[in-house]
Amino acid sequence: MIRLLVLILALSAPAALAQDERIVLGLSETRVAITADFQGSQIMIYGAVQRYSPEPEGNLGVIVTVSGPPTQVMVRKKERRLGIWINREKVRIGRAPSFYAVATSGPLDEVLSATDNLRYKITIPRAIRAIGISAQAENAPSFVEALERIRTREDRYVMAEGMVRVTGGTLFRTDVQLPANLIEGDYDVQVFLTRDGHVVDVFEDSIGVQKAGVERFIHALAHEQPLIYGLLSLVMAVAAGWGASAAFRFVR
Amino acid sequence: MNGPMQLYLPIAEVSVNIFLLLGLGGIVGFMSGMFGVGGGFLITPLLFFIGIPPAVAVATGANQVVASSVSGVLAQLKRKTVDFRMGLVLLAGGMAGSAFGVAVFARLNTLGQVDLFVQLAYVLFLGLVGALMLQESVRALRRARRPDAPVKRARQHGWAHKMPFKMKFRASGLYISVIPPLLVGAFVGFLAAIMGVGGGFIMVPAMIYLLGMPTKIVIGTSLFQIIFVTAFTTVMHAVTSQTVDMALAFLLIVGGVVGAQIGARIGVRLRAEQLRILLSLLVLAVCGKIAADLLIRPNELYSLTVGVLP
Repeated sequence: MIRLLVLILALSAPAALAQDERIVLGLSETRVAITADFQGSQIMIYGAVQRYSPEPEGNLGVIVTVSGPPTQVMVRKKERRLGIWINREKVRIGRAPSFYAVATSGPLDEVLSATDNLRYKITIPRAIRAIGISAQAENAPSFVEALERIRTREDRYVMAEGMVRVTGGTLFRTDVQLPANLIEGDYDVQVFLTRDGHVVDVFEDSIGVQKAGVERFIHALAHEQPLIYGLLSLVMAVAAGWGASAAFRFVR
Repeated sequence: MNGPMQLYLPIAEVSVNIFLLLGLGGIVGFMSGMFGVGGGFLITPLLFFIGIPPAVAVATGANQVVASSVSGVLAQLKRKTVDFRMGLVLLAGGMAGSAFGVAVFARLNTLGQVDLFVQLAYVLFLGLVGALMLQESVRALRRARRPDAPVKRARQHGWAHKMPFKMKFRASGLYISVIPPLLVGAFVGFLAAIMGVGGGFIMVPAMIYLLGMPTKIVIGTSLFQIIFVTAFTTVMHAVTSQTVDMALAFLLIVGGVVGAQIGARIGVRLRAEQLRILLSLLVLAVCGKIAADLLIRPNELYSLTVGVLP
C-alpha cells in the first residue's frame, strides 16, 4: 500500500511539469569578466516556448530571475542611547542572495500564484531565507524588510514587473542589468513558464562572474599570499613616497 | 552615476570614479604637505563617506599613510630634524599598542560596535586636539603681535623627569625617563590600528606638550615612527583580514604626492601660527561632522554586514 502511494507520488511529481510546453533559452553572455574598468553589464535573456501540441488554455506568463551568490547577512538596528545612535538589536539572516532580479511578463499576481511563489521561491522576500529569526529580536520581520529595502536602493535587488516582452505567444526576451558592484561567483538564471499563475516549466542556466586581468591577480594574491601582498603594498607605498620626495627635489 | 572613468577596486569590490580618488588623495596630500601630518584622520572618514567598506578603509588608509610619511621623513632628514633614538623608543611602545589595537578591533567587529567605537574615538581625540591647538596658536599669534610681551618658556622639568629609567635624547636635547615616550607610543599605536590613522595629530601635540620636545624635531621624529607603526598595521590587516586594497591605495598615493607638493609650497608662505590655526579648524570641522552623525537621527536605522556562509 505504502509502496503504491510512493509510486503514485513519484509519478505525479514530475507529471506536474511534464507538459506540452517547454522553454528554450539563450543568454547573450554566459561569462562576465570584472576588469578594472568594469561598469556593470547588461545580460539579454531570450528564448522561446516550444510546443508539440496546440496551445493550451490559460494566460501565459514568463518570469525570469537572476540570483547572485548567497551569503549570510547580519542586519543591525540603531537605537538612541544616552543621546547617541548606536547599534542595538541584530538579526542574522541565514541566506540572502547578493544580487537578485525578477522580471515578469505581466503583473505579478496575474502571472504567479501565491502557492507556486512559495514553492519555487521566486519573489524577493521568498528568495531571502530567514528561518528562526523571530527569537532574535522584537519585530524581526522588519529586519528582513530593511534588507530588502537597502539592497533595492543599491540596485542589488530589482523587481521588474512587465519587463519580459512576449511576442506571438512564443518568443520572449528581457534585459537584466548587473550593477558595477558585483561579487564573484555563479549567477543562477531561472526562467518559469506559467499558465494562469501555475508553473508549467522551469529552465535553469548560469552566468559565471569572475574577476579578470589585474583585478584577478591582485585579489588572488591578497587571499593566497597575504604576507607577500602586505609587504608588496608597503614596497609600493615606500617607493611612491621616495619617488615623490625625489621628484620634488628635482623640480626645485 | 557611472562616469567614463570608473575603476572597479579588487578588494573593496566597489566601483569608484578615478578622479574622485585622485582628488581625495590630493586634498589629504595637500594637508600633509602644508601641516606635516600624515592625513589619516581625514582619509579614513572620507573613504567611509564614498562607500568603501570600513574595514578596507581603515587598512588601506594605513597603507597610504606609509607613503606620505616616507615622503615627509625624507624631507626632514635633509634638515637633520629626526631624533632616531626617541623615534625607536616611541616605536617600541607603538608596536605593542598596535598589536593590542588589532585584537580590540577584531573583538569589536564581532560585537558590531566597531563603527561606534571608531566614531567616538574620532570625536574625542579630534575635538581635544583641535581645541588645544586652536587655543595655543591663537595665543601665540597674539603674542607675536605684541613683541614686548613675556615669552612663556617650555617646561624644563616636568613629570617626565621624575620617573626612573632616564635616557639621553641628544637630538631633542632631553634627558628624561623612557616611560612617558613608551606610553605615548603605545597609545598612538593603539589608535593607529583602530582608527586607520598614523596618529600624527595626537603624536605631535603629545611630543610638544607632554614630552617637551623642540617643535622642529617633533614632525620628523613623529613621521619616522609613524612609517613603522602604519607599515606594521598594514601588514597585520593584510594578513588577518585581507582588507588592504592596493589599487585604492595607489590612486590615493598618486593624488597625495601631487597634493603634498602644492601644500608644501603654500605652507612656506604662511606663518606657523596661521598654519596651526587652519589645521586646528580643519580638525574641529571633521570632529563636528562625525559628532553630528552620531547625534542626528540617521535616515536608515538598519545596516547590513555581509558574512560568509558557514
